[in-house]
Amino acid sequence: MKLAYWMYAGPAHIGTLRVASSFENVHAIMHAPLGDDYFNVMRSMLERERDFTPVTTSVVDRHVLARGSQEKVVDNITRKDGEEHPDLIVLTPTCTSSILQEDLNNFVERAQMDAKADVMLADVNHYRYNELQAADRTLEQIVQLYINKARKQDDLVTQKTPKPSVNLIGFSTLGFHNNHDCTELKKLMADLGIDVNLVLPYKASVHDLKKLPQAWFNVVPYRELGVMTAQYLEKEFDMPYVDITPMGIVDTARFVRKCQQIINAQTSETSIEVDFEGFIDQQTRHVSQAAWFSRSIDCQNLTGKRAVVFGDNTHAAAITKILTREMGIKVVLAGTYCKYDADWFREEVSGFCDEILISEDNAEIANAIARLEPAALFGTQMERHVGKRLDLPCGVIAAPIHIQNFPVGYRPYMGYEGANQLVDLIYNSFTLGMEDHLLEIFGGHDTKEILTKEVSNDAELQWTPDGLTELKRVPGFVRSKVRRNVEAYAIKQGINAINAEVMYAAKEAVKA
Amino acid sequence: MTTAQTPSALNFECETGNYHTFCPISCVAWLYQKIEDSFFLVIGTKTCGYFLQNAMGVMIFAEPRYAMAELEEGDISAKLNDYEELKRLCLEIKNNRNPSVIVWIGTCTTEIIKTDLEGIAPKLEAEIGVPIVVARANGLDYAFTQGEDTVLASMAMRCPEEEPKVQIQAETAEKSERPNLKQLLSFGGAKSQDESAQPAAADEESPYVDHTPLILFGSLPDPVVTQLNLELKRQGIKVSGWLPAKQYTELPVVKPGYYAAGVNPFLSRTATAMMRRRKCKVIGAPFPIGPDGTRAWVEKICSVLEIEPQGLEVREREIWAGIDDYVQMVRGKSVFFMGDNLMEVSLARFLIRCGMTCPEIGIPYMDKRYQGAELALLEKTCQEMGVPLPRIVEKPDNYNQIQRIHELQPDLVITGMAHANPLEARGISTKWSVEFTFAQLHGFGNARDILELVTRPLRRNSALEELGWDKLVDAAHV
Repeated sequence: MKLAYWMYAGPAHIGTLRVASSFENVHAIMHAPLGDDYFNVMRSMLERERDFTPVTTSVVDRHVLARGSQEKVVDNITRKDGEEHPDLIVLTPTCTSSILQEDLNNFVERAQMDAKADVMLADVNHYRYNELQAADRTLEQIVQLYINKARKQDDLVTQKTPKPSVNLIGFSTLGFHNNHDCTELKKLMADLGIDVNLVLPYKASVHDLKKLPQAWFNVVPYRELGVMTAQYLEKEFDMPYVDITPMGIVDTARFVRKCQQIINAQTSETSIEVDFEGFIDQQTRHVSQAAWFSRSIDCQNLTGKRAVVFGDNTHAAAITKILTREMGIKVVLAGTYCKYDADWFREEVSGFCDEILISEDNAEIANAIARLEPAALFGTQMERHVGKRLDLPCGVIAAPIHIQNFPVGYRPYMGYEGANQLVDLIYNSFTLGMEDHLLEIFGGHDTKEILTKEVSNDAELQWTPDGLTELKRVPGFVRSKVRRNVEAYAIKQGINAINAEVMYAAKEAVKA
Repeated sequence: MTTAQTPSALNFECETGNYHTFCPISCVAWLYQKIEDSFFLVIGTKTCGYFLQNAMGVMIFAEPRYAMAELEEGDISAKLNDYEELKRLCLEIKNNRNPSVIVWIGTCTTEIIKTDLEGIAPKLEAEIGVPIVVARANGLDYAFTQGEDTVLASMAMRCPEEEPKVQIQAETAEKSERPNLKQLLSFGGAKSQDESAQPAAADEESPYVDHTPLILFGSLPDPVVTQLNLELKRQGIKVSGWLPAKQYTELPVVKPGYYAAGVNPFLSRTATAMMRRRKCKVIGAPFPIGPDGTRAWVEKICSVLEIEPQGLEVREREIWAGIDDYVQMVRGKSVFFMGDNLMEVSLARFLIRCGMTCPEIGIPYMDKRYQGAELALLEKTCQEMGVPLPRIVEKPDNYNQIQRIHELQPDLVITGMAHANPLEARGISTKWSVEFTFAQLHGFGNARDILELVTRPLRRNSALEELGWDKLVDAAHV
């Protein structure tokens, strides 16, 4: 057993469901007890999703435990098949139901006999995999299923497209700014004259998966989701992939150059080579504001400021590099909660930071932050919270996701617009320019006690201790209003001592 | 239990149980705040922890007084010893947080791997010197708010049988190493109004009638506790204590023959525990939600304690007059409950009294005995208001319900969070049932707050109506 107060990555079934429900017309059946279906709440609330989440729970209760769950699971699969006509039904247990050690593959086979849809069991160990690993694995599994199916039916599309084309892999529902990143990368590809063949899994149709091999190459911008799929496609079809995260000016340029290299390797026979250097130069020096910002006087003031970075592999590594390389900020600690993939992270950030921390324990990170006393933090919601306690500003750069990570406006982290957004995020996280100096000289904003605005009451009003206790329970931001109302009521009623009873009588009288 | 006759005209159905609700471990979110010297340890998997953190959004608070005992592969395969593992965690909690009680929340996983929490707790409690209360708030047996029921039913067994006779000082001397020493010492300090009322009562004439002691059960926000105490005080009734109290160390004395009354419809196991195990007489009343329910609740308690209620009719009338503007707004409209927090019947009864109609009350679980008086009041209210009785659907099927909602086109659907946005997108006004779980609804004074919630989508719609979707686009052409 592990005493845990906070989790950075969710349980495996969340990863599976994120991938399954990202696809169009794929339904997931969760074999789980009542209350384990909060994925539906997260998707509906955080994504402000207009459609019902395509996830149905086949509820495990006492009766099901006693009788065995096969009948119920199979019934629910065939029922959803009839009601929703999905292309694919993905069955997943949760940590709880996976202990039951049932032969879920058998359930799936049984359901497949009646269902028109394809039925698949998400093959994940719920105690060894976390959300991120499970998402990666489930995506690979779905791709494999349809590649193999197409092979069997002999309608696999392996002929490359005439123009350079790419599959963008790894964008999913409930991902950290995923939909904006996806839009930005599509724009970038359009600017480069590269066709987007398929986006996976976000709004993809499983019927299109047989067309994956027709793209010239794959792009996997996130370390956490899509790498297994890209490796599988490389193995099966010799498709190259780009796994550079196009975040920040420098790595976006590296990313574009890598695309160029891969395209030119495939056009060598036809000798129509592409050259993106002009595009990179134009974007970096004239279009994007990020590179200019690094040279501006504002950024000068950030030089040598100390920062702590913590997040998932992709974002923590990218932000560390941007801070150090593009803004001259000193990263005193870079960390990740992706323990399962720690080597990758160490390699990415080595040379860009003083210390590396690989941990899933939020207290360990909080302690490190307290010890290092940086000027700013870049982390998850948890570090933002730690920052509040230590009075340190924090920019949120990574999941676990929060409603604030689903802004209505356009906020990508990737590509050239992403670089601009990141500059804003980083710059606004620090105490700014002249304000910084003034604070230092005069020692803080408010040196005087703020006078409270109280109504002067001439009447001899007294609050009894229980009255005051009740008043203290009123939330601070309305307390003075409540106090004024109650006192006004007391004066009107000719009451001198205000106790709890008077207070609630006043509440009823003002209909508040 | 003084149960009303089971109503006959009401139609009960049971569907497939494929419905969405929160896991009963959610109760941790409000109980740890209510019981200020407690620590809640949820013994479960990552799935449980991620739920509390993300869906309930509560783990982020500073210095939380609850945590997960996250079961790992070694625990599941029984390679590790449950006793030793729990001891290690509880000692860590004791050393870092020093709570007066540790509440173990069992989950589906501890049920399936058959962890003997009830067996381990007494031994460990003796060994580490911190009381351990065990509640099986699992999703195999319970829904959402019933989690609180499991905790209170266990905690009922910890209410002292006798008033503590010892002097606090004497106890200090001999038990100075006790972990809950601080709580004992602060006993004489700042006190809640229950205690501060006692010395005052000696000075002036007691406002209370002499009656068999009355215990109330149900976790309500402190201001609501005060309001209900005051409401009963108006009738000369003294509330001897609440389960739960603000502090675990202040749990009320419960003796056989005492009266007990619940304030929430989901507390049937607690009622049973008070009745069967603590030999109390549980008062079966409608719940104090809405002015009608509050009046019926107070009247029932009065009648059981043989007190003639004073001025309740006037009081109810005044409250109705005070909320008339909101009542006008909902009159004639229909409300559909998908079923989530087990408070559906009480809310429906109040809203029908406000002039609404209710075609369907979905509810996760219906204890017809504990809710008997409430069901009778529902039936009576429907008759008096001249509206059809709702169908009551236990263990509903959300898919079927949504088909019925499409057919019925109710003016308001009270639903769990998973369905709110999709229903709104289909032009159906919704309100989250969760809000009714956390809002202050009980007593006369809070009737307006219930209607504040109910009318909000209606008020929002009328505010946006001016701007309908069509005009929004048309305006651009002007």
